[in-house]
Amino acid sequence: MDFVIPLLILAIPLCMFLLLGILGMKMSPKVAGTLGTLGMGTVFVLAYYTAFTYFFSGSADFVNGTDRLQYIVFNVDWLAFTPELVIRLGFLLDPISAMMLIVIPTISFMVHLYSLGYMHGEKGFQRYYAFLSLFSFSMLGLVVATNIFQMYIFWELVGASSYLLIGFYYTRPAAVSASKKAFIVTRFADLGFLIGILILSFYTDTFNFIDMTSNPQGVLASTGGATFMGASVLTWALVLIYMGGMGKSAMMPLHIWLPDAMEGPTPVSALIHAATMVVAGVYLVARMFPVYLVETAALEVVLVVGAITALYAAMVACTQIDIKRVLAFSTISQIAFMMVALGVARPDIHEGLGYMASMFHLFTHAMFKALLFMGAGALIHAVHSNDYTAMGGLRKYMPICHITFLIGCLAIAGIPPFAGFWSKDEILVAVYDYSTFWGVWMTFVAGLTAFYMFRLYYLIFWWNEPVYHHKPHDAPWTMSVPLIFLAAVSVVAGLIPFGKFVTWQGHEYIIHMNVTVATISVIVALCGILLARTMYRKENTLPARVKAFWPWLHKAALHRFYWDELYLFITHKIIFNGICRPIAWFDRHIIDGSMDGLAYVTNKASYAIRGFQSGNVQMYVWWYLIGVLLLGAITTICVL
Amino acid sequence: MDYSQFLAMKQEIGLLVVFVLIFLNDTFLPARAQGSIGKICVLLFGLFTAWGLAMGLCPEACSHDAVLAFSGMYETSPVILNIKNILNVGALIVMIQGLRWADQEMIRIRRGEFYELLLITLFGMYLMISARHFLLFIIGLETASLPLAAMVAFDKHRYESHEAAVKYILTAVFSSAIFLMGLSFVYGLTGSLYFSKIGAAVAAGSGIDLVGLIIALAFVISGMGFKLSLVPFHLWTADVYQGAPTPVTSYLSVISKGSAAFAFLVILWQVFGEIYSEAWEWMLYALIIITITVGNLFAIRQRNMKRFLAFSSISQAGYIMLGVIAFNNMGLSALMYYILVYIFSNLAAFGVIGAIENATGKVSMDNYNGLYKTNPRLAFTMMLAMFSLAGIPPFAGFFSKFFIFTSAINQGSVAIYILVLIALINTIISLYYYLLVVKAMFINQEDGGIASFRSACSERVAMWICVAGIIFLGIVSCFYNHLLTIAGA
Repeated sequence: MDFVIPLLILAIPLCMFLLLGILGMKMSPKVAGTLGTLGMGTVFVLAYYTAFTYFFSGSADFVNGTDRLQYIVFNVDWLAFTPELVIRLGFLLDPISAMMLIVIPTISFMVHLYSLGYMHGEKGFQRYYAFLSLFSFSMLGLVVATNIFQMYIFWELVGASSYLLIGFYYTRPAAVSASKKAFIVTRFADLGFLIGILILSFYTDTFNFIDMTSNPQGVLASTGGATFMGASVLTWALVLIYMGGMGKSAMMPLHIWLPDAMEGPTPVSALIHAATMVVAGVYLVARMFPVYLVETAALEVVLVVGAITALYAAMVACTQIDIKRVLAFSTISQIAFMMVALGVARPDIHEGLGYMASMFHLFTHAMFKALLFMGAGALIHAVHSNDYTAMGGLRKYMPICHITFLIGCLAIAGIPPFAGFWSKDEILVAVYDYSTFWGVWMTFVAGLTAFYMFRLYYLIFWWNEPVYHHKPHDAPWTMSVPLIFLAAVSVVAGLIPFGKFVTWQGHEYIIHMNVTVATISVIVALCGILLARTMYRKENTLPARVKAFWPWLHKAALHRFYWDELYLFITHKIIFNGICRPIAWFDRHIIDGSMDGLAYVTNKASYAIRGFQSGNVQMYVWWYLIGVLLLGAITTICVL
Repeated sequence: MDYSQFLAMKQEIGLLVVFVLIFLNDTFLPARAQGSIGKICVLLFGLFTAWGLAMGLCPEACSHDAVLAFSGMYETSPVILNIKNILNVGALIVMIQGLRWADQEMIRIRRGEFYELLLITLFGMYLMISARHFLLFIIGLETASLPLAAMVAFDKHRYESHEAAVKYILTAVFSSAIFLMGLSFVYGLTGSLYFSKIGAAVAAGSGIDLVGLIIALAFVISGMGFKLSLVPFHLWTADVYQGAPTPVTSYLSVISKGSAAFAFLVILWQVFGEIYSEAWEWMLYALIIITITVGNLFAIRQRNMKRFLAFSSISQAGYIMLGVIAFNNMGLSALMYYILVYIFSNLAAFGVIGAIENATGKVSMDNYNGLYKTNPRLAFTMMLAMFSLAGIPPFAGFFSKFFIFTSAINQGSVAIYILVLIALINTIISLYYYLLVVKAMFINQEDGGIASFRSACSERVAMWICVAGIIFLGIVSCFYNHLLTIAGA
């Protein structure tokens, strides 16, 4: 494949960022927005072209019989420290990166379009579009990385642009602290990621994904069976790399930043905190999956963390008032589903079905979750509040929003034939085949998902109508078109024969319906929906009675099981007092003191020798001569 | 005689052609067309530079071995070709910077001479770099030194300019005398003036008096130390830099210094390489420490920008010498890279100083207060130059310091670790005074210093080139990799 188009996919958003970032304030918002959207539209077309060429051209570069291959479009040396230690920047095409080349530009383009309406009239509109372009560039660079170091670089860029976008309303203290929180928590996780990368590359002498994943046994052998604190070094490396993924993908206990990140503009939440950036962790594990397979202890960690997070987030989502936070916790829960699917994927269970299911769910979830967020954005736009208490009965006023939101809810609840059903079903099949315990666990979470989503749906569109100061109405076309488009995708995406395109090792996999699992999951989902309907369709006292029945559970869930308080306690009470204060003292007295001392000595010395530079040329020559003689004499004495 | 040997000298010959063309232009061009002489020179020299770069960067040029000509008096090799290219680029920037200055009322009438003198000193530096026989070397050294005195005195109407020239010529003559005396010692001890033969005689070691050799070495080092302004042979520097016209100062501080550094490296490595650990490692060790430290200590106190940069360039020369003391291939590539980066950083600073001096006549740091408010672009250029000189990442100066420190550390002895540590502490001190300039421009309140003005087109072009160099030379790795490849590390 020619390198021009893939290069353009990365170059256009970067150029757009530079253009809008440097010259944006000289343009009118309208021009800047249109430029950004057109740029992303071009990327959208080019990325589709690239992905479709990869999947359908049948070229020998991409496919061998029925097996899909990994293909490096280009890979240039960037920093060559030594002949072995080279950092390259490249473009890798394989099933998962090609799939992401569809997901990211689709969502990003929809968000660009949607923001034209949603962000209309905001101060810093041009800056917003510049940041969106930066984010798109970073995310695309992340998924096409040919080596783990390139991924790490773009990983950090993604984090930085996410920070900028969450803190977009920088005059609001809540937004500022949320952006800081997101950045610090994910940076903390990235510390683990970096250490993991260094351990891995130290043993394997390479950063390249293909070198590692094509020969995972070699990776294991290169560590020479070294162990550290009872676990093998490779396990440590993989768990540390996974820690980076936990940060970005908001797995427990590093999930605390994602709900707060909802302080950013809603389209940003749709793009970054629902569809693209937060799945980077899943993508990372999938990318390194063959290496994880030789050290299944690390996969067990992925599974257990994922399963606990899924349940936790689903429980919290049942109690939140802010609709964006409900969606945020639902995102955490759904990403945990993907993680669990990866955790249970084994070559001997349906040829690694879990891997395919995870990627499938990533794909469908990106579509319907972006839809739900954009729907939420339209609602917030209409009633000027994030809380469902300010909503109710909106189905009459906002029909487009109502229908599309309903489709999103049905998709995430797993009702056939909507997209979420197919992907979630594959995940459940994979989990049941691995262990019945986790199967039941995840089925319960799926039921909870249906319940909290329809709780939200009924509270917004039915329930009791509050007094509206302005009559709510549907959003402008720039916002409605993405909603309708994504709703259509959410209806049909599940029918894509995903197993033909994205599977572990590229072998084609024919999806079979497992009737038992499918029936159970649909029944559970319907129960959840019915329960929500009973409780929230019309105003009644049932919710209050349920709340009173389990007061402690409700209170704990409402406070997100006190994770934030725990973090505050650890940071403020333990870390600040125990570690930071001594360091601050050391810094102030020892470090600053030595610098002050250096400055003092320097100044004194400088003053003392000022006569040396007298301006008298005879003196200069004398000093010169003395210098020569001393140099010769002292060296002679030393040598003899 | 084999006349094809002249082909090896094609760069020198090309430079002479440029010189002759400019000379003819200057002599025979009608008076009304004299105004374009600077531009003609920039054009011709630019073409010459491009030709050199094309030769230096094409892959087969890099694979050539060294070529000796004229029975071993003259040498050319990919490394030499590259160092000449680096100097060409610097000289070209200086010429562009000088266009506006040379157009002044008092200088206009003899501006052709400025370019001629500049080209002929560059020719001398070429000879210094390529010479493998001390006779040719001395010719190059003097050709590079004497016209410089005329250039320093170019502002005839300014008293400081004469004073600087007189100081320069007196010290230069003195240093040449000492240098020649050192050479006569060397000749007496080894019976030859060929680098290779002296090197062989020193290596054989039989019957050579080591003490005599060390004395000779001290004399030779002092001669080169004068050109490089190593302490204590540096005392002329500040007065001359301050007095000379700004384009001449920038030429002195980067091109003259860069060529001398490379020539110094060749002499020490090729001629005296065998007595590295006995003698010159320690001489250089001491010189580096006092050069960096004294340069910094004086730089802190300066208020005149040109004087300030004079001391800064003294301490930079000390850092450059780290590449020489490293005595390995990486040292060679790091030294060339350091010179390259230093050219861009220092010329950016001098470009700003020159632009301000031409527009307002002010050169004191106090005048720079609040420059950011009145001339933000100049302030940014200056800031980048200061950051790069101080070695702040991600600017090129950080990488050049990094590589030169690494090359020194690769030498491996504990003493060198200590030397690098001292150099590092000195970078902290240097950070202080470089940031003083930035503070003046960005933080200090304006007190009627420099009014907003528009600099000349030529000055802006030169500054843009320098800024691009400061930003890209470091983060784009191919420049350093190229130097590393040709240095054979």
